[in-house]
Amino acid sequence: MGWMAWTGPTAAFFAAIAVGLAIMTASELRWPTTVRKGFLPIPTTRGDRFFVALLTSAWVHIGWLAATEAPVIIASGLSILLGVLILLKA
Amino acid sequence: MAEKRVHWSVYAFGVYLLLPLYWLVNMSLQRNQDIVGEFAIVPRNPTLTNYAEIFTNPVWYEAFGNSLAYVSINTLVSLTVAIPAAYAFSRYRFLGDRQLFFWLLTNRMAPPAVFLLPFFQLYSAVGLFDTPFAVAFAHCLFTVPLSVWILEGFMSSVPREIDEMARLDGHAFGYFFFRLFLPLIKSGLGVTVFFCFMFSWVELLIARTLTASEAKPIAVVMTRTVSASGLDWGVLAAAGVLTIVPGIAVVWFVRRHLARGFALGRV
Amino acid sequence: MQRRADNRAWFAVAPVVVVVAFTAIVPLMTVVNYSVQDIFDVDTRLFIGFDFYRETLRDPRFAQALLRQLAFSALVLAIEIPLGIWIARALVRNQGKSATGFLILLSVPLLVPWNVVGTIWQIYARPDIGLLGAAVTALGIPYNYASNVLSAWVTLLAMDVWHWTSLVALLSFAGLSAISPAYYQAATLDGANAWQTFRHVELPHLKAVLTIAVLLRLMDSLMIYTEPFVLTGGGPGNSTTFLSQYLTTMAVGQFDLGPAAAFSVLYFLMILLLCWLFYTSVMRGGDDG
Repeated sequence: MGWMAWTGPTAAFFAAIAVGLAIMTASELRWPTTVRKGFLPIPTTRGDRFFVALLTSAWVHIGWLAATEAPVIIASGLSILLGVLILLKA
Repeated sequence: MAEKRVHWSVYAFGVYLLLPLYWLVNMSLQRNQDIVGEFAIVPRNPTLTNYAEIFTNPVWYEAFGNSLAYVSINTLVSLTVAIPAAYAFSRYRFLGDRQLFFWLLTNRMAPPAVFLLPFFQLYSAVGLFDTPFAVAFAHCLFTVPLSVWILEGFMSSVPREIDEMARLDGHAFGYFFFRLFLPLIKSGLGVTVFFCFMFSWVELLIARTLTASEAKPIAVVMTRTVSASGLDWGVLAAAGVLTIVPGIAVVWFVRRHLARGFALGRV
Repeated sequence: MQRRADNRAWFAVAPVVVVVAFTAIVPLMTVVNYSVQDIFDVDTRLFIGFDFYRETLRDPRFAQALLRQLAFSALVLAIEIPLGIWIARALVRNQGKSATGFLILLSVPLLVPWNVVGTIWQIYARPDIGLLGAAVTALGIPYNYASNVLSAWVTLLAMDVWHWTSLVALLSFAGLSAISPAYYQAATLDGANAWQTFRHVELPHLKAVLTIAVLLRLMDSLMIYTEPFVLTGGGPGNSTTFLSQYLTTMAVGQFDLGPAAAFSVLYFLMILLLCWLFYTSVMRGGDDG
């Protein structure tokens, strides 16, 4: 696996996504999701909202990196806030 | 609707489609010195030497063999894994089915260029670099999702009651699946083979990156001929004509099913 | 009859998941790993975080390639979608022999290997030996796709129209064939003209196939590589260097692992976003997935 050139931060990143997926799966088995309509223009399930949250945070980071030299951690904080908002309210 | 004459613009478009092809065939029938020497709408001294060159020069015919090798492996692998998956998608609801289907679709849409770097490292690391297997597996990136997509459409058009009836009649699942169900979607299988074949056959970027000398496919040999050893337009055109032939042969075999494949809109 | 809920179906999709994980997930994770490090060789690497992303996002050549890419995709869609619908409409009125023959002719460009499409047009459009090139030059129009930017773009667009309009036409043909003649009769009785018939009878029925046609053309034009590579090699200058060309030069040409990987991640996220937007809009129109 040497050619994959793992680093601590990226390993942690993918582990976090894997854990996220595992939690989604487990909660899906325990409390099956219902489709609901929030502030997004489409009705979503919990899995959809999780995906939208991830994609949003990716683009928040890209926008941040393109726009400013300020520390990326602010973008990460913003993403987490947005992610929680999407998961709960969308 | 009553039979009406086809609008002239359609014929114009037909000519637009045919002219470049005609020109390719025209070029392939002339010697290089005739091509660069004098402009001719119809070949002055038609000759088959360019085709002879391809069939006798190992660089060319081995490249055709290499392409056919990985395309066949790829089609076989794609169908083998895609058939059960497509059946599952068309017959069952299961945890994450929509997400999984979307994820497969994204692989059909992703630019191969994105995967070049890791593919090169991956297949070098497992020792498959410069073999047909490397290209065949790498092409699974888009042929597997495509196969699942097409087959799912065909399988869903077979009523689910048929599965139930076969079970009530006491047929084992294996018998039902291979003897009753698959024959029902024969045309779907044909269309799937066609598209796996086509997309793997036409791909250049991955095939070029994952081969060096041993497994060099025809697409690569053609582009190398252009850049390296001077330009022999006649041989290049002849090779072009020959690469189109398998595609046309396949479309001829599946022509009755093709419209249906397109009708499902799942290319 | 509804699809049955049964999670054992996972056993049937497992092989696909394994194969696609091997060909897609492992490479994607690798790209992300590469994108955050400066790699000198396997054992000498330096973690640098998001620097390559910042660099790529501010790289004017990246911005230019992106702009060219978007312009190219927009032009391709603007030409091919209406033209494809037009051809399909003209054909579907005629169910005779000529329509069948024409459908086969339409599918031919789709079967030509992409590099051969490049080769065909390379020969066809050359001012000295090509039919098209010679004809245009004979009309007194300065034309050379190897040295003139406008010629290169026009040739690329003409080539893409040649290659892919058939896909739109065949999809639309399939969609139009499914419309019951009763709709047309009703439209005629209501005194609808051709445009009104198209707008209110045909277009609603075409919505599903057209969404797929637009999706496929958009995604495929966004990843275009082979045809311009053969025809113009990205030139003259960089005038036909699109995203995939630029990325490939970085990745296999210069072997700049880190920047190329960061580029790849950005490119992939762009496609993922577009794909998701389209997928949700398609699925919204249809039934469940």
